[in-house]
Amino acid sequence: MLGPLVWRTLQSLLLLWLVTVVVFGLLHLTPGDPASLMLGEQATPEQIRDLRHALGLDEPLLTQYLRFLGHAVRGDFGMSIRAQRPALVVVLERLPATLLLAAGAFLFALCIGMPIGVISAVKRLTLWDHGSMALALMGQSMPVFWLGLMLIVVFSVNLRWLPVSGWGGPQHLVLPAITLGTFLIGLIIRLTRSSMLDVLGQDYVRTARAKGLAEPSVIVRHALRNALIPVVTLLGLQLGLLLGGAVITETVFAWPGVGMVTVTAIHQRDYPVVQCAVFVSAVLVVSINWAVDTLYNVLDPRIRVAD
Amino acid sequence: MSSEAPGRQHLRRFWRHRLAVIGLLIMVTVAGLALLADRVAPRSPTAQQILLRLKPPGFKDPRSGRVAWLGTDHLGRDILSRIVYGSRVSLVVSLPAVAVSALLGMTLGLLAGYYRSVIETIVMRCVDLQLAFPFILLALSIVALMGPSLRNIIIVFAITTWPVYARTTRGVVLALRAQDFVQAARSLGASDRRILWRQIAPGVVSPVLVLASFEVARMIILEAALGFLGLGVPPPTPTWGSMLADGRDYLRDAWWIALFPGLAIMFTAAGSNFLGDGLRDMLDPTLRNVEGG
Repeated sequence: MLGPLVWRTLQSLLLLWLVTVVVFGLLHLTPGDPASLMLGEQATPEQIRDLRHALGLDEPLLTQYLRFLGHAVRGDFGMSIRAQRPALVVVLERLPATLLLAAGAFLFALCIGMPIGVISAVKRLTLWDHGSMALALMGQSMPVFWLGLMLIVVFSVNLRWLPVSGWGGPQHLVLPAITLGTFLIGLIIRLTRSSMLDVLGQDYVRTARAKGLAEPSVIVRHALRNALIPVVTLLGLQLGLLLGGAVITETVFAWPGVGMVTVTAIHQRDYPVVQCAVFVSAVLVVSINWAVDTLYNVLDPRIRVAD
Repeated sequence: MSSEAPGRQHLRRFWRHRLAVIGLLIMVTVAGLALLADRVAPRSPTAQQILLRLKPPGFKDPRSGRVAWLGTDHLGRDILSRIVYGSRVSLVVSLPAVAVSALLGMTLGLLAGYYRSVIETIVMRCVDLQLAFPFILLALSIVALMGPSLRNIIIVFAITTWPVYARTTRGVVLALRAQDFVQAARSLGASDRRILWRQIAPGVVSPVLVLASFEVARMIILEAALGFLGLGVPPPTPTWGSMLADGRDYLRDAWWIALFPGLAIMFTAAGSNFLGDGLRDMLDPTLRNVEGG
């Protein structure tokens, strides 16, 4: 019981260490001098030299990395160059907005994608099924940022039902959540369909039917409830994808989340914030994956960590 | 090695798959537009006509009598022409990026799955690492640091996506190396190299091909996303992503600037996704005898 869990935890820790290497390398191994990049083209040589010294860029790479690692584990990514506040604070204060957006998107995608997936599985190989699969492929082909813009044109500019962008009441969440959620619908349709097909072939479904239960009851109470477990688990593991989509969605709607603060920081060359945001997102993904795996392992003894 | 019959069977299954045929047609059309952009586009994609700015689709210029079928943007540039030329960047980024990362990922996946040991550990940790980052965030940061150019975007896409192929390839190799025909080759005294490249590698090609066509769609969308966020191929080169970014400022008065490039992105990405779906159907390893390769 403990073996795989300990192993899985060690793996996650190793992964987090690799993440620090990438985040460090992001700034230090790319061509060009970070100090002159940060200061822009108008900087004098003295300014660059001072900043290089202040950042410790004149020391050996390994020394720099070890110092970075020492600071990173304590959550210290330096000061945001623009905001003049700790980078971690700048990023973390935006996290709730991103999580709210992700939750809204998740909910919307489940409400739309799940029923379609179920219909697709139940009416397998019919027009319904083919239509749903085409819909799923279309959803995966749609650029989220474009969908966001079109939703703004229809619902904000023309119908004036919802605000164009920004942060405020629940009505501000509607369009961003739909935009980001659409990104997930295709995935949910596919996952639900294949999971339902699995479950529908099980003995207990046959038993339920043999008992003479009505078909809707068989599908919803017996099949769907079991089919949902792997769907939700697999979706949990797609958090990285969702956070990536959030970066663009937040930019479209000026939603004050981690994604928007990162894109702004990238444009402003505020590297401590960029590094911190990339690191925080990765930590989030790794720890959620770890938690999902661990919970799964504890709750369902049939599933053991692979390897 | 394989007789003609299975090949024909594959083809027949492909043609029967309606979505796949549509996908293929779309991709051929877009590739044709990109190649023949100079002849197909009604106007230069960069020619500005300030007097004709923000004209709606179907607007007929009273002086020249020319029609802007999809309207003009905020600088009076012809949107249809810009979309036709924009297909070039889209394909020139996504196709090489996918080709490089697929080859790299497939090779590393083959080595990892066959030889296991250290190389497998390293490759699989790279896979974990890639999955840990929101891809777009990583790509954005690297492109911003390296400077947005066609070459840099291709490089960044290739180096950040190869683990996808490595993971799939390794899985297939692990399944294949336990098969009888591999055991048979080994007992006949075939070398590791021969087994890997002659017996196992051919079985890996189909899944990688399927994955690659889905990845082309993803790369097309990501390239557009970079352009939209201002980190794509720099102007004056017309790209679908940067056209969307232009359109964003005129949603109120000129919705067409944002509508049409988005449709172009979706159309092309859908073509590639449909194609992938059809290829998967056609090459589904559970429906065909793997030994045929």
